[in-house]
Amino acid sequence: MSALNILHVDKTFGNTQVLKDISLAIESGEFLILVGPSGCGKSTLMNAIAGLEPVTSGDIQIGGEDVTWRTPAERDIAMVFQSYALYPSMNVRQNIAFGLEMRKMPKAQREEAVARVADLLQITPLLDRKPSQLSGGQRQRVAMGRALAREPQIYLFDEPLSNLDAKLRVEMRTEIKKLHQRLGTTIVYVTHDQIEAMTLADRIAVMRDGEILQLGTPDEVYNDPVDMFVAGFMGSPSMNFIPVTLVSRDDGYVLRVLDEQDPTGAPLELPWPPAREAQALHEWVGERLILGVRPEHFVEDETRMETSFDGTRLDVMATVVEPTGADILLQATLSGTEVTMRLGPKSQVAAGERVALRVDMSRAVLFETTNQRRVA
Amino acid sequence: MDNVIRRRTPGARMLRAGLYALLMVMALVYLLPLVVMLLTSLKPLEEIRAGGLLSLPDSLTFAAWLKAWGSACTGTRCEGLSGYFMNSVSIVVPAVAISTLMGALNGYALTKWRFRGANLCFALLLFGCFIPFQVVLMPMAQTLGWLGLASSTSGLVLVHVVYGIAFTTLFFRNYYVSIPDEMIAAAKLDGAGFFRIFWRILLPISGPIITVSVIWQFTQIWNDFLFGVAFAGFGSQPVTVALNNLVNTSTGVKEYNVDMAGALIAALPTLVVYVVAGKYFVRGLTAGSVKG
Amino acid sequence: MSQTDSPLPRSRAKAARHSLSGSLERMLPRLVIAPSLAVALFFVYGYMLWTFVLSLTDSGMLPQYDFIGFAQYARLFANERWNVAATNLVVFGGLFIILCLFLGLMLAILLDQRIRQEGALRTIYLYPMALSLIVTGVVWRWILNPGLGVESLVRSWGFEDFTFDWLVNPDMAIYALVMAAVWQASGFVMALFLAGLRSIDDNLFKAAALDGASLPKVYWRIVIPCLRPVVFSAVMILAHIAIKSFDLVMALTGGGPGYATDLPATFMYTYTFTRGEIGLGSASAIMMLCGVLAILVPYLYSELRGNKHG
Repeated sequence: MSALNILHVDKTFGNTQVLKDISLAIESGEFLILVGPSGCGKSTLMNAIAGLEPVTSGDIQIGGEDVTWRTPAERDIAMVFQSYALYPSMNVRQNIAFGLEMRKMPKAQREEAVARVADLLQITPLLDRKPSQLSGGQRQRVAMGRALAREPQIYLFDEPLSNLDAKLRVEMRTEIKKLHQRLGTTIVYVTHDQIEAMTLADRIAVMRDGEILQLGTPDEVYNDPVDMFVAGFMGSPSMNFIPVTLVSRDDGYVLRVLDEQDPTGAPLELPWPPAREAQALHEWVGERLILGVRPEHFVEDETRMETSFDGTRLDVMATVVEPTGADILLQATLSGTEVTMRLGPKSQVAAGERVALRVDMSRAVLFETTNQRRVA
Repeated sequence: MDNVIRRRTPGARMLRAGLYALLMVMALVYLLPLVVMLLTSLKPLEEIRAGGLLSLPDSLTFAAWLKAWGSACTGTRCEGLSGYFMNSVSIVVPAVAISTLMGALNGYALTKWRFRGANLCFALLLFGCFIPFQVVLMPMAQTLGWLGLASSTSGLVLVHVVYGIAFTTLFFRNYYVSIPDEMIAAAKLDGAGFFRIFWRILLPISGPIITVSVIWQFTQIWNDFLFGVAFAGFGSQPVTVALNNLVNTSTGVKEYNVDMAGALIAALPTLVVYVVAGKYFVRGLTAGSVKG
Repeated sequence: MSQTDSPLPRSRAKAARHSLSGSLERMLPRLVIAPSLAVALFFVYGYMLWTFVLSLTDSGMLPQYDFIGFAQYARLFANERWNVAATNLVVFGGLFIILCLFLGLMLAILLDQRIRQEGALRTIYLYPMALSLIVTGVVWRWILNPGLGVESLVRSWGFEDFTFDWLVNPDMAIYALVMAAVWQASGFVMALFLAGLRSIDDNLFKAAALDGASLPKVYWRIVIPCLRPVVFSAVMILAHIAIKSFDLVMALTGGGPGYATDLPATFMYTYTFTRGEIGLGSASAIMMLCGVLAILVPYLYSELRGNKHG
């Protein structure tokens, strides 16, 4: 049985429809992440689950019960907010215990719960401090503690890490993951940070304009995106999009890379791996398509060998080289299109030099241009 | 002002001295009426008649203060200002308390439970800050009569509450708007209801704005003259009305020292509040008018 | 991609959708606002209408409802005393606003020069605002009284011919009102300007200093233009104070000598409550309301438009 079931939920503000027929089922113990650019409706969906905003139509069920018209208090959920939303007049202990007190839990039990949570999150020394005396990371822990103490059916996290500095964010990310693994809680987590989504989620729902474009495991969403938006949104640096034309040859399909600047020159051609030949591909022969290649699917061809099956040799001019430490990001122009590649840290490429590369075509994806849907 | 390095010429130094001198002179001008009031109230009448507005009293006397408090004539009665001072207190205390509480609840409901029409509600309430009270005098006099509250302290409390709500609502609304909605959402999820959130979450952090509202309402109501003179009876006149009567009582010799002592007595409560909590007073003034 | 797992009927009776405590909670905010709104509707809007109705009647000592159209307004505009009061308001209001703005801005800029004891000075400039206008009137009446006040003080310093008889001189009494009112309110305007100055980005001064602008130039060309919204609200507030001025006149001049310092507020009070002309008094009150609306509407309009832009 699903812990949370969202059925055909619509939400309109005035004339704008911010949620369009959203349906979603979350299993007990699952970590689901709603991800998307700002204004995609992910926070509205979160608020609808919490009961902080009524839906226009549709149903929301928690633990099999219809809660669509219940108040937030009646839904047995807890939420961790972006701003933490700690009560400034109460100390940490009171903050954590407030929800239990509202639910008329006896004092002794409340104290037990506070102690348990404080121990879990290592905030016991902070219990008597006011929120204003805490650092950002500490406030974050307290906000989580407040949610954990309640032991609700579902936890909602609304961009909980976005107010932390980069280092702390990574630490807390790990901590949240550990907590989830240890407690087996059901979590719905909103973020616009796709790295957070990739690292934390059991499943990711990518949203745009009030719709769920794709729902799947991080691996599915990353490697098997349904359209150009999902492909471009997940991953950093973004996937490279290269305009191509599909050509059919005797030995299989070939992608001809279009060069807007130099239409007369000999076009670059990338053979489509025969192993991936899809039935659908033939109807796109002669059409313009978009080839999607992730930066890490370019490989520096140190061997200088002839074109092999899983890659095609390219000669490109490096325009910008950005070492990040762990690897090197390389900007280059490929037949008039700016592309970004991720090379190993040992690469000796310098800006202005030519570099030989292979494209791992087995991982590349193809989109059509009108609706930007996936073709292959 | 900045901390930028500027050339330190003798001219600049002169300018600086001039600046301080000018500010000091202005300060003296602003202080002058208060000083005059104080000096006059502490002099015997003969000394005042001899002239010397600013001369220190030769023989210091508190007789004028005692008379203004206990036995000066305000109109036909000669019981001093004490009774009227107490009238003012018994008008101010309930009126301030009720209007501040209502303003706080209104501001809370308008900002944290945004319902359809909340903005219209606020706009309608806000206009109460702007009406010239002359427009309401006559109908209010009749209404108070029908309610049996004419000439009574309770009637004045009612009037001050009614026309104070607009300001207190404005104060609290603007304060609560800046408190993150997420905090209220968190409390809702924790299971707290409308009043519980107000008492447990918002009121404990409303200290500054409560102070602003209380001080604003206190000064406004204490200093009110129009409603006092229009609606109060002999038994319920506030101290401002009594002071005006005291000064305008034409029987017998004009006792300027008693007038001044009376003025100081009427001014003292608001002056004390201003000196003690000036910061909040200014905040009320600017909040109540700038954003109004 | 299984997104749903149980097909439930989507429509149901509305009553069942709302839990009991939930619907009570949805009502509460409105219930809390309701009394205040009712009070405003009755005591503000109802009364405005009521007074307007009274202004169309022949009411004398007591309100009664024999309608005579706009005759009271015709009488009002023909009334010499009203015309004096209205003219006085223009003179008093105009001078009061200009002087307050000038003094307030000057004090604010002077105080903004990293002055030692700024807090104490600010307290001194602003304290009159805490006083009742009745107290202000009483004090200035004493200071300005020709027999023993400033006049006699200056004469005692040896200037035997010095006269300062504004209070008893019908042509000058209005300026006595201006003087006391400016004393009372200019500190407040200073506080407004000072708050405005403090909100100006410090880097503006630094940038201007790098550009080589002298301090007076910085103020004149950069800072004062930034303060335009403050000027705007200050004018609005001061005009509002001027139209409502009642207490100060009552305590300082009583409207005299004669009715030389009558203002619409005192006119309205006198006619309504002491001369038994409720109809005429109501007409004058409505005129005051129109005056307030005339400054309020453009102000609110620009505020709202400004908000939309922001």
